[in-house]
Amino acid sequence: MDYASASPVDPRVSEAMLPFVSERPGNPSSIHFAGAEAREAVEFARRQVAELINAENPGEIVFTSGATESINMAIKGVAFRNADKGKRLITTTIEHMSVLNTVKLLTTRGFDATLVPVDGFGFVDPARVDEAITKDTTLISVSYANGEVGSVQPIKDIGKIAREHGAYLHVDGVAAVGRTPVDVRVDSIDLMSISSNDICGPKGVGALYVKKGVKIEPLIHGGGQERGLRSGSENVPGIVGFGKAAEMAGKEMSGEIARLKKFRDRMIREIGSGTKGAHLNGHPEKRLANNVNFRFDYIEGEALILRLNDMGIAAATSSACTSKTLEPSHVLRGMGVPPEEAQGTLLLTMGRWTSDEDVNYVLENVPGIVDLLRKMSPLNPETEA
Amino acid sequence: MYTDRCMDHFRNPRNVGTIKNPDGVGRVGNPVCGDMMEIQIKVKDEVITDIKFRTFGCGAAIATSSMITELAKGKTIEEALKITRGDVADALEGLPPIKMHCSNLAADALHSAIQDYYKKKGIKIEPLRKKEADEHEHAAGI
Repeated sequence: MDYASASPVDPRVSEAMLPFVSERPGNPSSIHFAGAEAREAVEFARRQVAELINAENPGEIVFTSGATESINMAIKGVAFRNADKGKRLITTTIEHMSVLNTVKLLTTRGFDATLVPVDGFGFVDPARVDEAITKDTTLISVSYANGEVGSVQPIKDIGKIAREHGAYLHVDGVAAVGRTPVDVRVDSIDLMSISSNDICGPKGVGALYVKKGVKIEPLIHGGGQERGLRSGSENVPGIVGFGKAAEMAGKEMSGEIARLKKFRDRMIREIGSGTKGAHLNGHPEKRLANNVNFRFDYIEGEALILRLNDMGIAAATSSACTSKTLEPSHVLRGMGVPPEEAQGTLLLTMGRWTSDEDVNYVLENVPGIVDLLRKMSPLNPETEA
Repeated sequence: MYTDRCMDHFRNPRNVGTIKNPDGVGRVGNPVCGDMMEIQIKVKDEVITDIKFRTFGCGAAIATSSMITELAKGKTIEEALKITRGDVADALEGLPPIKMHCSNLAADALHSAIQDYYKKKGIKIEPLRKKEADEHEHAAGI
């Protein structure tokens, strides 16, 4: 129930990767036969990833070490390369920390950033982006869908605003790609970060879609691999696995969405009605099919996760990346949830191997554990002597 | 990340609840920071004869609360006042560094309950210790 932080690698993916781990060690930059074999495999994977997001040309896919690198590359790369045009960036209050911390760094290097607020369901209003944009704005960075509350943003409208003002639109596609149809051409997306690990591919590989003609500075300099945008010998096994994962995600997406939506709606309905003091975070319907996020009065999230873990259920309170800071979710705070209420959250994210039995088991266990923790809480008026 | 001893106290917390007509009640922490605990004590002849806790918080907050009730039960007030945050962490065979500050409030809660006991009895005392809980510094996001 924690597919958002790591999805299991599909056996079909590891099978595709294996030859490139052992008997096919070629470097795609070598001229000899082994190099050619590796080059061919990398280019095949590039086409697989391009197809998933309907990129016009596979050459627009740049492989990286993961979505965090892609996001850093997109934001810093566009900001630096286009600084002569302007030094203003726009993002939202509920982005992933890799976006927020990158933007934060740039604000200490002479750039200005506007953080557009979201509504109570976690949606960005394009009108707010339109208000924030100026002729100095070079980049708007918005996630396609939020990883914590599953809100899918009006990317097409934001893309239109970016085009009108001559700014680039970077989309953090980590939570959305492979889970909901994403079309970079229809949505006027200029750059998009994608993670392999979030679509049942291997860790340590990702991609940045860079639309042809977008002016961007590389982050990593060297031998000029990946059109000169990302130097360093390619992670061939990882890229091959990522390609296979992208192909499967594309083929199986519509069936998976229908299957997971049923689980999601059942969990939202039953946790909401069967657990005391449960409040859904995000919109009841307009959310990713695999995302359920609740908060519970009078209890704290980590205690809940540890108890669920004891029952064999892997869940999260918010993004795994923020668990090191002990801060309540900035996404919920951005949606206007008070900090004391944002403490008691439960994030369940489903994927390819989530079954009916798993959902039943979660629904059997959550109310009891919540109740047990509530009984221990000094905030709960019912526990007074 | 937690020791076995800590997880044992988290899974099977000792002395959870409240006491009817307690002699002292201590409440420390703040739900905004994610940890809040309450300790209630019953005192007879300067000995803590009963102690209960209620805690809103993470695994460490619950485990430290449970542990302090074990450490303090049957002790004299004077002995209980000597129990420190470090003693609680040691008794749990250690806490993750990030939890030492925010979640290790149990000793403060016990001392605050004792202070309340003194207050109710009309005994004037010096402040027992600086309220570390008030020193919370939370880095603001952007």
